[in-house]
Amino acid sequence: MANGSATNSAPALPRSWVPVVALAWLVPGGGHFLLKRYGRGGLLLLSVASMFLVGLMMRGPMFHPQGGDLLTVIIYYGGFLGDLASGLLYLLSVWLGYNQPDVAGHVHDYGAKFLVAAGLLNVLAMVDAYEIATGKKN
Amino acid sequence: MPKLSVSHFEAALLFALFSSIVLGVVTKKTDYERLRYGIRCFAYFVVALFAVGWIMYLGHG
Repeated sequence: MANGSATNSAPALPRSWVPVVALAWLVPGGGHFLLKRYGRGGLLLLSVASMFLVGLMMRGPMFHPQGGDLLTVIIYYGGFLGDLASGLLYLLSVWLGYNQPDVAGHVHDYGAKFLVAAGLLNVLAMVDAYEIATGKKN
Repeated sequence: MPKLSVSHFEAALLFALFSSIVLGVVTKKTDYERLRYGIRCFAYFVVALFAVGWIMYLGHG
């Protein structure tokens, strides 16, 4: 009886982790919102979106897939995947015409890193949402 | 969108702040442990920032 009431008080989990991870990718913290972890989702949204916006305000260039030697391929494809991991933030900024050329300067350089790091932090949030959705973590 | 111009130190502090929040949120089990871990991560970032800064300064000659 006690176990039953404890189970009832826990937030209900969705049947599949796929929509959770998909939403977590599109909207930073979205997976946590879907799982009713509003506080943690809000903090993730605040951090990832702030990191991305600061990157944009620093006029950081986005990475585009580029061929060449192995190191170039790793850097540019990896950077592109990092940018893309920000989900809707990346898609919206590209659709709205953000296209900063790669120019010299430490602020632009930091901006590019902030944009990629925002995506990588969102990957951490996606993994966390996946683990909660599958019951590996509370 | 306004343009942001920051120093190396300010950029690194901003990076440390946002990263520490996410690292704190996605690890540990209780809110207290998450808060402690986030603060600890931020402190490590700042310590590493000063350490690497001094190494670069002294290494530059």
